[in-house]
Amino acid sequence: MKRPPLIGRSLARDLVPFGGKRVDRLVPRSRSRGPIPWVIAIMIALTVMAAAAGIALGNLIDRAESDLSGALTVQIIEANAEVRDAQAQRAAELLIADSAVTSVRVVPQEELAQLLDPWIGDTAASQGGIPIPALVDAELAGVASAEETARLNAMLLEEIPTARVDAQSAWLRPVYDALSSLRYMALGLIVLLALGSAAAVWLAARSAFSTHKQTIEIVHLLGGTDRQIAQIFQRTVAFDALLGGAAGLALGSVAIWLVGGRFAAIDSGIVTGGNLRLTDWALLFAIPLGGIALAMLTARATVLSALRRML
Amino acid sequence: MSERAHELVTFDNVGLRYGTEPEVLRDLSFTLFPGSFYFLTGASGAGKTSLLKMLYLAQRPSRGAIRMFGKDLITLPREQMPQLRRKLGVVFQDFRLIPHLTAFDNVALPLRVAGVREAELTDPVTEMLEWVGLGHRIEAVPTIMSGGEQQRVAIARAVIGRPQLLIADEPTGNVDPEMAQRLLQLFERMNSLGTTVIVATHDINLLRSMPDSLIMRLQKGNLLDPTGALRYPPQIGRRALDEGIGK
Repeated sequence: MKRPPLIGRSLARDLVPFGGKRVDRLVPRSRSRGPIPWVIAIMIALTVMAAAAGIALGNLIDRAESDLSGALTVQIIEANAEVRDAQAQRAAELLIADSAVTSVRVVPQEELAQLLDPWIGDTAASQGGIPIPALVDAELAGVASAEETARLNAMLLEEIPTARVDAQSAWLRPVYDALSSLRYMALGLIVLLALGSAAAVWLAARSAFSTHKQTIEIVHLLGGTDRQIAQIFQRTVAFDALLGGAAGLALGSVAIWLVGGRFAAIDSGIVTGGNLRLTDWALLFAIPLGGIALAMLTARATVLSALRRML
Repeated sequence: MSERAHELVTFDNVGLRYGTEPEVLRDLSFTLFPGSFYFLTGASGAGKTSLLKMLYLAQRPSRGAIRMFGKDLITLPREQMPQLRRKLGVVFQDFRLIPHLTAFDNVALPLRVAGVREAELTDPVTEMLEWVGLGHRIEAVPTIMSGGEQQRVAIARAVIGRPQLLIADEPTGNVDPEMAQRLLQLFERMNSLGTTVIVATHDINLLRSMPDSLIMRLQKGNLLDPTGALRYPPQIGRRALDEGIGK
């Protein structure tokens, strides 16, 4: 009888990872691939939309703050029109003479009347029935801080007792705060979606672990390490996450593009400040990569935790 | 060199219980020496499979001490277990083949897990399958194989990596006498190359065909001769053997 064959040497080899098609074959995939790619697609789409909203709000706040950070408005509250105009001119002279101020503009009466038209009508403004304060816009070299505003106010009051100086950014502070809270809400939503995705992957990995328990036990008893076995599931989950991530990104991008188009049609300065830049889009496109990494880490942690219960 | 360096496996007062049930194995003390050939016999329920489970590192004992390949299994860190398992070849009673893998992939699995390159494993795996009479079934999956064919794939998988300790649980239960002899010859060949072999069996013909082998007899969770393996024959004789295997 022919001598039985034997491999040339025993397997005193290093523990090396095994990957590629060798690993793929160990855990067969069903044709439908299960719900995980779909769950990840929805999560990624929602995350991309929430992130886009957060980034757009951030851009809007930054743009508005940067535009208004050094802007001041001086009101001259004087009933007599001639005195009021003279005081406005004098206020402009005093301000431009100050080293902190870079530009000054006395707002023309016609412009004020136009601003007030929707509220008090054009008759009242043009015929002088209601006295309207004169306005002087000033731009500072630096930020219009509370201290700087108070200093300029004190300087003007020495000559113009009816003058009142306000930093323009202070008027919009409640708006900024509201927008900031929306931005934090978007961030919170992203965190919740990430947790939701991780939970979905955790459940899927546990389910896959149960389904393929027999295969895992065999690989385990043949000397497979926890790392090797976890790798089997990581690869499967990574592929599912890749599919889901691509679909989710496409869905989210279309939604952002449609909503962005609607906002662009408003053509308002403050709204266009919320436009997404190239770096913002790069960040949004990185979200599926983060999703894949999160899914792989979750699958790995789940499988390793289950394996630790084996000898 | 110390005495223990010559011992492949040592059990000292090992007991095993599942949960809060009574012990299924009690006070097992024995030594397996390198290059020896052992049969493990005993009636159904005597604890053969439980003992083998501890040998192939699927079960920790409830008490006692086990040394294997010079390592104390009770204190051995879990991450070092795979290295030990790669020195073992196991033929499971229920075969434990991966159902969606072909015969080739099932047999190649221990080599792949151990990091053998594809180019290195094709010839030995093919040759091994031919040896067990499955050269024509290389691409077949276990679900379309007979019980005997699956058993032969399981045996090929156990021996392909040339293990230091080969553990077989009823390895000839589903094959015809001719194939049983052929498989036994494979085990003997492995043994002659230095592999320690332990075969759990009810097959009296298998025991008779290897008169120089050593026999360990389990009865209701006890090893009948705790000082070591009994020799068959002439020490225990046909009657004792028949009692041991529950005839």
